[in-house]
Amino acid sequence: MVSFKLKDIATREERLAQGHKMCPGCGIALTVRQIMASFEEPVVIANATGCLEICTGTFPQSSWKVPWIHSAFPNAASTIAGLESMYRAKVRRGEIPKERKIKFLAFGGDGGTYDIGFQALSGAAERGHNIVYVCLDNEGYMNTGGQRSSATPTGARTTTSEVGKVLQGKQQLRKDLTRIMAAHHIPYTAQAAPSKWLDLMKKAYRAFEIEGPAFINVLCNCPTGWHADPARGLEFVQRAVDSCFWPLYEVESGVVRITYKPRKKIPVVEWFKDQGRFKHLLRPENEELLESIQVEVDRIWNQLLKDAGEEI
Amino acid sequence: MKKEKLKKWQELPIGGLILDMGNSSETQTGDWNPNRLVWNEDTCTHCLLCWINCPDASIKVEDSKVIGIDNYHCKVCGICVEVCPTKPKSLEIISEEVA
Amino acid sequence: MGDDAIAEAMRQINPHVVAAYPITPSTQVVEAFARFVADGLVDTEFVATESEHSAMSACVGAAAGGGRVMTVTGSQGLAYMFEVLGVASGLRLPLVMAIANRALNSPLNIHGDHSDTMAMRDMGWIHLYSENCQEAYDNTIQAFRIAENPNVRTPVLVAIDGFQTSHMVETLIVEPDKLVKKFIGEHIPSYPMLDIDNPVLYGAADRPDYYMEHKRSQLVGIINAPEVITQIGKEYGDLTGRYYGLVEEYRMEDTEYAIVVMSATAGSVKGAIDQLREEGIAAGLLKIRAFRPFPADEVAKSLSRTKSVAVLDRCGTGGAQGGPLFLEVRTALYEEKSPPQVINYIYGLGGKDLPLKHIKDVYLRLREIARTGERGKLVDFLNLRE
Repeated sequence: MVSFKLKDIATREERLAQGHKMCPGCGIALTVRQIMASFEEPVVIANATGCLEICTGTFPQSSWKVPWIHSAFPNAASTIAGLESMYRAKVRRGEIPKERKIKFLAFGGDGGTYDIGFQALSGAAERGHNIVYVCLDNEGYMNTGGQRSSATPTGARTTTSEVGKVLQGKQQLRKDLTRIMAAHHIPYTAQAAPSKWLDLMKKAYRAFEIEGPAFINVLCNCPTGWHADPARGLEFVQRAVDSCFWPLYEVESGVVRITYKPRKKIPVVEWFKDQGRFKHLLRPENEELLESIQVEVDRIWNQLLKDAGEEI
Repeated sequence: MKKEKLKKWQELPIGGLILDMGNSSETQTGDWNPNRLVWNEDTCTHCLLCWINCPDASIKVEDSKVIGIDNYHCKVCGICVEVCPTKPKSLEIISEEVA
Repeated sequence: MGDDAIAEAMRQINPHVVAAYPITPSTQVVEAFARFVADGLVDTEFVATESEHSAMSACVGAAAGGGRVMTVTGSQGLAYMFEVLGVASGLRLPLVMAIANRALNSPLNIHGDHSDTMAMRDMGWIHLYSENCQEAYDNTIQAFRIAENPNVRTPVLVAIDGFQTSHMVETLIVEPDKLVKKFIGEHIPSYPMLDIDNPVLYGAADRPDYYMEHKRSQLVGIINAPEVITQIGKEYGDLTGRYYGLVEEYRMEDTEYAIVVMSATAGSVKGAIDQLREEGIAAGLLKIRAFRPFPADEVAKSLSRTKSVAVLDRCGTGGAQGGPLFLEVRTALYEEKSPPQVINYIYGLGGKDLPLKHIKDVYLRLREIARTGERGKLVDFLNLRE
């Protein structure tokens, strides 16, 4: 049985080197460290264009100690699918011994996953490649100064969903990508957060262990794009979890399991506090909007409870 | 930070590849912030929560025990201070003047 | 058919990975190959992607993994791949792509012209154009040797004319499997990503301090390509009796009036030449096989002896001074002491046919230009209702 004790995990080799250029307090960087430490097998990585890619692979510096490729923005899923196919072909021909197990991992941000890379991800999932795709969701195009994505929460201010005299941040609902990926009926889908590192690492471990495509959606704090204190990033992420805006759950072989249930569900406004992008939502004139967001969060959470066979 | 010599086009690996993996660790990121993280060995329980939650792998660990801070890389984001469960905290940010 | 000829070559080559998305008129290559996979005639990992963008992306991933990789597409599919085409050449991945040339929207048109590959002519790929099914087969086999040559290591596309060649029923000489296997040899990867004990990073970002140096370094492969294409064309000829170079000359030894063209139309031009020669007109053809890298020296040498030249472009000008082939040919002749007059015709867009009469008319005009010295219209259309 594999150990999830930190004293054991800490003996593993660090596969993302220091000196990367991610912002101080970056939730993506610490999530990637947690993911990479959750398993020990050799791994090959494809990375979509984005913060992680730019900050870990700008010539002549590499922060990676494992084979890594960046091709373009929308195609991390199809690039890793190609690598995994080459591995299969080489094992079949005896050019790589079949005992030589290699894991295939793709990283994309919410832009590269929910939006521009969604088709490639859906295709790779449907084809059944033995890959793990991790979406590092910081709820916007943060690498380019914070534009909206389909993962940006309703009401959030971004540079393309502005707050002004007429509009109060993003008008639309966010896309529920985790459920969409689960609807592909792939073997494993999960939603996680780095504030619950053990839950996240267990999910990552399971994703790599399982044969076939696995998808993990991780909410990553972004001090820069969220306009929030870098030191408290994990606290903010945990508020998203505790308000059930970002429930932690997994779907394995069609069975939905909530892996963490907040003892006391906090109002969604608590998750919005202390983040510059939500500041306007706390004004009295936006009370109605805030209420409608709460209704939507509750509706989705209740649906999840129902799907997981739990009491509402 | 040592200034590296820029290579001529003829000296570059084929396809723009980087062959020296993990070489970013040679560069300093600890100078991004004028403040400095310090660790108190006396109060530390070696729970390693700082280590698993550090975005920059800057908590030095040996034999599963914290042995210090990698100030050459630590960006002083303060996450470790937040997650540190000891009272008083075993990690502290001090301003450079004090240091 | 041309599609089957390419598929047959693919069966013999037996790539590690084929990632493709079907598009008319190259669908039959994908279908034929899928049958080979289903019958166990190849042990290729066949990835039927959800788009051409993903097909090329999977090819890039697979090739970086370190093995033989191929795809097939054309037209909108090629346009959809566009951003990844530059990744393939930028990373110097030796993959091969077969193209059944087809018009680009709009209007939608499934028939042949060269607008698709001409739109990607400067993406750093080697372009080989095929006149018929036999050349499609021969070029596909040679393409792997060219792409994988250590001095080249650059992706290669093999183009055939949509329908005119892709769906043309012709006699095809298929070489024995053993001969093909021996000719292409073992794939020797360079920095394979699947060699996990020696990790490398593919696709780094560049600041302005390195981008230009990297772009210059990428050129090395394509600059080395002409020598390699020529040498492999000869080696293939020694084995099969069918020799290939960068260009093919047809009755050019004493030509006064020459047409320059690529792909299937070269066959029609040869027919016209034979008829005109009987009428005493010294017509000739310069067929371009390798459009990228462009064989400027060979073109200049071949055409410098002529009096007038018509370049036939199966692609619009898009506001340029002429079609893409015309621009290349005319530039190639600039250094000549007394270059021939060069005119340009746009022909065959969206599958428009080109009856022999029109080709003969071009030669008659070339003769007239040579006789009078009056060039007339620089760029014109062939077989256009007006």
